[in-house]
Amino acid sequence: MEARRDQMDSKQKNNGSNEQGNIQDEPLKGTFASVLILGAFIAVSWLGVLWLFIERS
Amino acid sequence: MISVHKTTDSKLSLAHILVAYAALTIGGICGMLQGMVRGGVIELPYGIGYYQLLTAHGVLMALIFTTFFIIGFLYAGMVRTTGPLLPTVNKIAWVGFLMMTVGTVLGVIMVLLNKATVLYTFYAPMKASPWFYVALVLIVVGSWCALVAIMSQFRYWKRTHKGKLSPLFAFMAASTMILWFIATLGVAATVLLQFIPWSFGWVETINVMISRTLFWYFGHPLVYFWLLPTYMVWYVILPKIIGGKIFSDSMARLSFVLFLIFSIPVGLHHQLMEPGISPTWKYIQVVLTFLVVIPSLMTAFAMFATFESFGRSKGAKGLFGWIRKLPYGDVRFLAPFVGMLLFIPAGAGGIINASNQMNAVVHNTLWVTGHFHLTVATTVALTFFGVTYWLVPHLTGRKFTKSLNRMGIWVTITWAIGMVLMSGAMHIVGLFGAPRRTAYTTYNDHTLALEWLTYERVMAISGAILFIAIILLVISLIMMFRAPKGEEEFPIGEVSELAGATPAVLDKWWIWLIILAVLIVFAYTMPVIDLINSGPGSKGWVTW
Amino acid sequence: MHIHRLEKIWLIIGIAMLVVFLVAIGFSAFAMGNHPPGHSSAIKLDPEKVYETPPFDNPGLERIGENEYNAYIVAYVYGYNPGNIEIPVGATVHFYVTSADVVHGFNIPGTIVNMMAVPGEVNEMTYTFEEPAEYLLLCNEYCGIGHEYMATTITVKG
Repeated sequence: MEARRDQMDSKQKNNGSNEQGNIQDEPLKGTFASVLILGAFIAVSWLGVLWLFIERS
Repeated sequence: MISVHKTTDSKLSLAHILVAYAALTIGGICGMLQGMVRGGVIELPYGIGYYQLLTAHGVLMALIFTTFFIIGFLYAGMVRTTGPLLPTVNKIAWVGFLMMTVGTVLGVIMVLLNKATVLYTFYAPMKASPWFYVALVLIVVGSWCALVAIMSQFRYWKRTHKGKLSPLFAFMAASTMILWFIATLGVAATVLLQFIPWSFGWVETINVMISRTLFWYFGHPLVYFWLLPTYMVWYVILPKIIGGKIFSDSMARLSFVLFLIFSIPVGLHHQLMEPGISPTWKYIQVVLTFLVVIPSLMTAFAMFATFESFGRSKGAKGLFGWIRKLPYGDVRFLAPFVGMLLFIPAGAGGIINASNQMNAVVHNTLWVTGHFHLTVATTVALTFFGVTYWLVPHLTGRKFTKSLNRMGIWVTITWAIGMVLMSGAMHIVGLFGAPRRTAYTTYNDHTLALEWLTYERVMAISGAILFIAIILLVISLIMMFRAPKGEEEFPIGEVSELAGATPAVLDKWWIWLIILAVLIVFAYTMPVIDLINSGPGSKGWVTW
Repeated sequence: MHIHRLEKIWLIIGIAMLVVFLVAIGFSAFAMGNHPPGHSSAIKLDPEKVYETPPFDNPGLERIGENEYNAYIVAYVYGYNPGNIEIPVGATVHFYVTSADVVHGFNIPGTIVNMMAVPGEVNEMTYTFEEPAEYLLLCNEYCGIGHEYMATTITVKG
């Protein structure tokens, strides 16, 4: 089955991260910026409702 | 490539998917009518009740569309990654499909006959016809056949590939069904041990708080039953569609086992405004709820990382250059991607809902309705729609054509506009106090209620926009069955060469299930003991 | 397991944010008494005998202080007993709520009074009405065919 071969090949390549490359080599600054924006959205919306809660208490 | 054209395995998946879309269509008609009633646009004809429509809408959308689509999709993916289903597996799967379908028809009939106008949460002591509860049992037990089928297929693969890591899709599919089984034990317990004896008249009273607690023990992991297959599409399928790689096999599996252990012992966060449960245990389950946010934070990182790696491999530069490289013109990517984007406000709202005493700001208001129309009705639904455009051609031995792609893009845009408008209006008017699950009213022209009307009219208009999207979806399905014959791939991604090896503990469940059992016992023993020592219980009420 | 450096940092930031939220609401609840409703429901009752069981055998306001009241309210299809409540501005009201039949909501929009009225159980919430106004008290838990009519008023006289 094609699918099983795909996965099996990847596994054989990645027996140790040192052989082919290291995940740390991935440049992920854009990813980091994006998740920080996500975190900021969560923080701002949470604080907004907290403010409403305090105001209506 | 094994031909899956017209084999009984593909018929199995197709049957599930078609029932799912039948449910979506009928549920969608209900939803549109509800919006129009609530917005003051129409009055319902022929003695149809608003709350009947609401019950049908909730059951068909949140229980039938989702469960049938998920199981059909998981079967197709198991065939793709582990080979044709074993004959016994295929038979069990068909038995499950039959049970679930019979249950669905029985349940819908009861709702149409106005004998079960209790909404999809069927809270006691409102007492529906016992056949409604029997219908629920058929649906749930039918779904347990899918658990047996998928686990049997998974174990067969492991036995015939000793020492090898299972395909990521298969591990995730099995994890999803395990989660579903453990979750449904709660609703099965309350329906079998409480509702059925009580509604048949064999016992006089029901312990209302225990029934609610068992329901919500089920009701929270239910949403992860929807989310996990969605995440499967994002983790395993999207990378192949865009031409990239799976960012990390082990982190993906870790997120799934974290969902398994943290999505279940948290039901009390749906009961924060209820009596009889101590504030200590409410807070403890709130803490556990916040832990289940973590695997979603991991998933967000993995998704952006997949896109960025792909974009940079195509020469993208700068902090956000990779955003431009993504295939927005391909509905197989666009629909799930829009679902992902809208999961940002959806998830943020969820964290707010679970925040203990802060829940008082939003409890039972339209904010909550806005929340789940973003989560399940946008993120999950759009991802499932995106899958449908290649999965049905794949299963029927036809092509996913350019015109189908165009239809899909229109569906995605229309749905997104409709949902953003509707959910946006619901979130805002909910903060102004408008109650959910309520027909048209101005509470005797009270000033506050009159202020809600504008938002309710926006909800009516957006409900109609969403219905247009459903019509386009139905047309798409018809087109799929008339598309030219050919082979349409079931995309399965490859893991990036930079990802590390996956530890064996992330290919088995024993240790995680032990942790889960400990957490459930810890989180629920004291609250349940408190609630068992209740008064004499409630007799049944038929208030519709 | 190999976790990217930036993912580790992100998860630390994300988890720290969640911890801050939990500490804030935990402190507010346990140190400052802002618990969700239902914190001391020692009373269990027989819903069929709700009007014979104290304190609901005498529903309504009970003055317990200078400007402090207990309000014993029974929710039913489709209203509240008593309805059309009147209180002076600045009054602190301890609401004790139950149901005579199915589960109802007990919500005063614009305030954090928002809780479930469950037959056989007593729920409670305290609120001080600082502003004179006509507040809506409505049911936000589906209870039957008349659910959208189930509301009354709390008039705070200034």
